[in-house]
Amino acid sequence: MGNVWTIAAKEIRTYFASPMAYVVAAAFLAITGFFFVASVSDAFSEATIRGFLAGAVFFMIFLSPAITMRLLAEEQKIGTLELLLTSPVREYEIVAGKFIAAFVTVLVMLALSLYFVLLLFVYGVPDVGPLLTGYFGLILYAAATVSIGLFASALSPNQIVGLVVGAGILTGLTIIDFVSDRVEGPVATILDSLQLGASFTVLDLESFAVAESGHFADFARGILSLNDVVYYVSVTAVFLLLTALVLETRRWR
Amino acid sequence: MIDSNVWRVARELPTLFNRINAEPTICNSNGATLKVIKLDHMSKYYGPYPAVIDISFEVLKGEIVGFLGPNGAGKTTTMRVLTGFTPPTHGEAVVAGYDVVSHSLDVRRHIGYLPETVPLYLDMTVTDYLRYMGKLRGMNRAWIDERVQAVVDVVRLGDYRNTLVGKLSKGYRQRTGIAQAILHEPDVLILDEPTIGIDPIQVVETRELISELGEEHTLLLSSHILPEVSMICRRVLVIHDGRIVADDRPDNLSERLQHSERVELTVRGPEVRQVIGEMRELPTVIDARRDIRAETVARNQRDGTVSVIVDSRPNAQVTEVIATKVIGNGWGLANLTPLPLTLEEIFLELTTEEDLD
Repeated sequence: MGNVWTIAAKEIRTYFASPMAYVVAAAFLAITGFFFVASVSDAFSEATIRGFLAGAVFFMIFLSPAITMRLLAEEQKIGTLELLLTSPVREYEIVAGKFIAAFVTVLVMLALSLYFVLLLFVYGVPDVGPLLTGYFGLILYAAATVSIGLFASALSPNQIVGLVVGAGILTGLTIIDFVSDRVEGPVATILDSLQLGASFTVLDLESFAVAESGHFADFARGILSLNDVVYYVSVTAVFLLLTALVLETRRWR
Repeated sequence: MIDSNVWRVARELPTLFNRINAEPTICNSNGATLKVIKLDHMSKYYGPYPAVIDISFEVLKGEIVGFLGPNGAGKTTTMRVLTGFTPPTHGEAVVAGYDVVSHSLDVRRHIGYLPETVPLYLDMTVTDYLRYMGKLRGMNRAWIDERVQAVVDVVRLGDYRNTLVGKLSKGYRQRTGIAQAILHEPDVLILDEPTIGIDPIQVVETRELISELGEEHTLLLSSHILPEVSMICRRVLVIHDGRIVADDRPDNLSERLQHSERVELTVRGPEVRQVIGEMRELPTVIDARRDIRAETVARNQRDGTVSVIVDSRPNAQVTEVIATKVIGNGWGLANLTPLPLTLEEIFLELTTEEDLD
């Protein structure tokens, strides 16, 4: 396990020593801040973070892969992956270390957004339940998106490929209801159950909602269901395993 | 692409499991003849393409071995098998007493490896980079402190220890790469083309550094530059098209592998053209040409002689035949000396596709 922390600590230091983490965090706060303000600025608005959540889950489709795209692509490009894989380090330790680093970075970003919550308490009387489930869901959602982004980063030495593939997989899992609406039976059920949770309707700036059928809907409503927790944890685990597998097959080429 | 890899992994799994169940191959530990590297009929295929075919060799503790071959001969692939980066398709490889497939982590603990593209994190300082590599190799803090200090001095990076790696020149980056390879006091040092792409002065310094390292480590060094290998190594493995074509001391190579004998002939009297013509008519002679080395030309002008270089088939007593011819023609025989082939020419000879016979 020592290697995991060594790698994670090195990557976290790299994140905060380069402008990347700050740029992404600033973009995240600016965009979600806009959605937050738009959702609470009517005279009779509810004091909720629903607008923030809808914006956050939507834009993390792009921001998470932007954070992870460097992690494994760069190691391949500059040849340090060969160094890691010829050191006494296992593939899963590399993957876990990198994942923890990106996840911690995203958590810091989410922590910075807590001032939205503070504003709600200053100017209104928010319901605490949905705030807690909303942030809990967001943390799980972040883990899943970071895991998918990391997987994409392992596929190619090119960071842009990592970004596009990562955002592509996340978009696919987001708009999967376009397909599930058009098929029937168990296939539709399976596809529905895979829906990540963001919704493109946030872009018309009226609903400020996440996808009704997606796994984030209950978190946004203040409901904690095991089904949703298991989904995000599973997606995270599956893509971390796939990432380790990609590194492993790299040896056989 | 991934499909075929998965398939290959699956196909090789049975062999893998057999090896994992097998006892680790521990080499003879009588000290003197400890085999640090042992390759046994190792082949490596990338898909259907062989990169290395049926290679077997051993390296004993303390040896400095040069791995010589043109680009694409299979040097890097062999080194990647030895370092546990990629498993062999057939055969086995044992490094520091451990099988590279079943005991890959043990192998990796005992090797120091400098890949061809020097693997550096450009945004770290030299010291941070070395400390990071030390931690990944399971070294404790005290050992890391001691060794980072020591290797920075060994590779003469003292003034740059707190410089970002990205700001170093190529030669200094190479030294940083060598520093990480020797950091954990490995049993075997494997350096892939350590002098490629750095400027001539730094090449000389890097070679000196490697020679020094060879005094304390078992060293396998690849290169496509012959003088480099013959300068540093006491044993040369020549690899071509994935096969080992020679394994000898640099000075023995020339004796053992002579496809032709070469003599230098200097005579007084006839024209150069006439000498070359007469020599070419001798039955065992392959070729004759004017010796155009500057010092010979100067000597010729001073002495009024002509010099030619004659290549002949081996074991043809060519010096006697030439001497008889020269005296029979009534020329003055000023000099007749057998010339040793240089390693460079042996190498060309070894790796040339066409056979002279």
